[in-house]
Amino acid sequence: MTGFFIQRLLQALAVVAAMSVIVFVGVYAIGNPIDVMIDPASSQALRTALIKRYGFDRPLFEQYFIFMGNVFRGDLGESFIYRLPVTSLIFTRLPATLELAVCAMLIATCLGIPLGLWAGYKPDAISSKFIMGLSVLGFSVPTFWVGLLLIMAFAVELGWLPSGGRGPVSDVLGIKLSITSLEGWSYLILPAFNLALFKLGLLIRLARAGTVEVMSSDYVRFARAQGLSEAKVVGLHVLKNISIPIVTVFGLEFGSTLAFAVVTETVFNWPGMGKLIIDSITVLDRPVMVAYLILVVLLFVVINFIIDLVYGQLDPRIRVRAAS
Amino acid sequence: MSRIVESRWTRLADFWSDYRQSRVAIVALLVIVLVVLMAICAPLIAPQDPYNQATLDLAAARMKPGETGPGGYVHWLGTDAAGRDVYSAILYGLRTSLLVGVSAGTFALLLGGAVGLMAAYNGGRIEALIMRIVDLQLSVPAILMALVLVALLGQGLGQLIVALALAQYAYFARTAHGAASAERGKDYIEAALATPLPASHVLFRHLLPNALPPLMVVATVQVANSIALEATLSFLGLGLPLTQPSLGSLISNGFQFMLSGRYWISVYPGVALMLTVVAINLVGDQVRYVLNPRRSR
Repeated sequence: MTGFFIQRLLQALAVVAAMSVIVFVGVYAIGNPIDVMIDPASSQALRTALIKRYGFDRPLFEQYFIFMGNVFRGDLGESFIYRLPVTSLIFTRLPATLELAVCAMLIATCLGIPLGLWAGYKPDAISSKFIMGLSVLGFSVPTFWVGLLLIMAFAVELGWLPSGGRGPVSDVLGIKLSITSLEGWSYLILPAFNLALFKLGLLIRLARAGTVEVMSSDYVRFARAQGLSEAKVVGLHVLKNISIPIVTVFGLEFGSTLAFAVVTETVFNWPGMGKLIIDSITVLDRPVMVAYLILVVLLFVVINFIIDLVYGQLDPRIRVRAAS
Repeated sequence: MSRIVESRWTRLADFWSDYRQSRVAIVALLVIVLVVLMAICAPLIAPQDPYNQATLDLAAARMKPGETGPGGYVHWLGTDAAGRDVYSAILYGLRTSLLVGVSAGTFALLLGGAVGLMAAYNGGRIEALIMRIVDLQLSVPAILMALVLVALLGQGLGQLIVALALAQYAYFARTAHGAASAERGKDYIEAALATPLPASHVLFRHLLPNALPPLMVVATVQVANSIALEATLSFLGLGLPLTQPSLGSLISNGFQFMLSGRYWISVYPGVALMLTVVAINLVGDQVRYVLNPRRSR
């Protein structure tokens, strides 16, 4: 197990190192940040001074090592636009994105599992066909388009909910949250639902497939033979047995929910990390782009690493294959 | 030779008789044919060339659907802020969206197919390394991958297609690898390898045809995904500019007017987008169902 652990850890580190080079070189290649930062009419002397101050006159590999050295000290640079350290910029935006992502996952779970259970329990009913049709829509219709429709229906036509923004936030242990007030919820609910749709489609399918399989198994037959009520059979035996794959996928999907938040945040003007990266790309705010991308790579590598370890723990065959 | 041709035809006929069992899939196929025809014939059937500045009339700006404009014809789907006929803009937008979707899907198929086959054919360390990279990329959502690539490659039609292909090739690589390594262990491949035939012949004439059906299923779905991804990127302002309109840029263009109740500028392009993407997905679902060897006949 230790060998497996070290091997996977080295692989993960290699990936992070390679990605940091790719991201740094790639972002470096797109345009000169000096043009973005200062007025084109300013003097050449000011230009040169700025180029020197930010170290843009040094060779690329030297800039990379200076950057990585700073990263290890926890300094990801300073945004060209906001004139703030990138780390604090990202961490002020992080709670908004996390709040949105967690609410979306909750909505997807609370709706998706019961709907999927029902569709698997009665696979031939009209309602089940309707649910499966919904899940196809959740999968294939682009998120941003559904977001626009939600805004049009609930904000423009009905006027029930605000069309965007975050509304009032309150301070909970130093973190700004919307969920504490009813008005905060009115801003949160549309984007959270929008973000939930894709996961909802996925969970419905997973729950349905699991239920169809479990319903024909022996222990469900025996549970029925025992005289248990249908509610108990489904709620206790079926739900328990379909929950293992669902929990796995659920963990995997949290990272992708954060990624999809980019789209939803733009549609609903939600001031999270995703909105920050889109704005940074359009104004070529290089330090923010590099920091965001490296954080995302790190996040996915960590998620993968944990999954590898858990699978290695659960399934000895994976360990053996990796060792040989 | 004629026997081979015949058997291909009967296989196609078999496929079709299975495919048409689903009425939904037939309708979806018809929608796709219609959409493609409309896109190809856009210059012939559109009442206006929406991107020729000379034909645009600001007096016709923001007209409601069904109103007759100064051009003397009815704007069935209304006009946008620059006086563009929304119906014409959709026809031209469909061209770009389909072009991007199909080319990105094709490039991803070629690249991913080659990578997957190479891995399965070589085996050993090369296989392990390639598939490790592919798996890592699969764990990152395509939208994020495409976003990063567009940010790195810059904007433009060519860059967008490359970015989408690179964001999606991993799905093909995984599928091709799975199918090919299942075939790899079978006797006919062993036999072919034992003959003095060159490796490329075995790879392309023996291994590839048998790995093709699952790849075709992935291809249909990935074309739909490419179209949706392109629209998303254009909506985020990172895809194509309005001078090279796709359905996504049209929707983005109308978004600001939606809050003031002028819904038609972005809603109709969105409906076209939704119909196209859902129809392709439904056809893909049915093709997958028909080609599934485990299906009970």
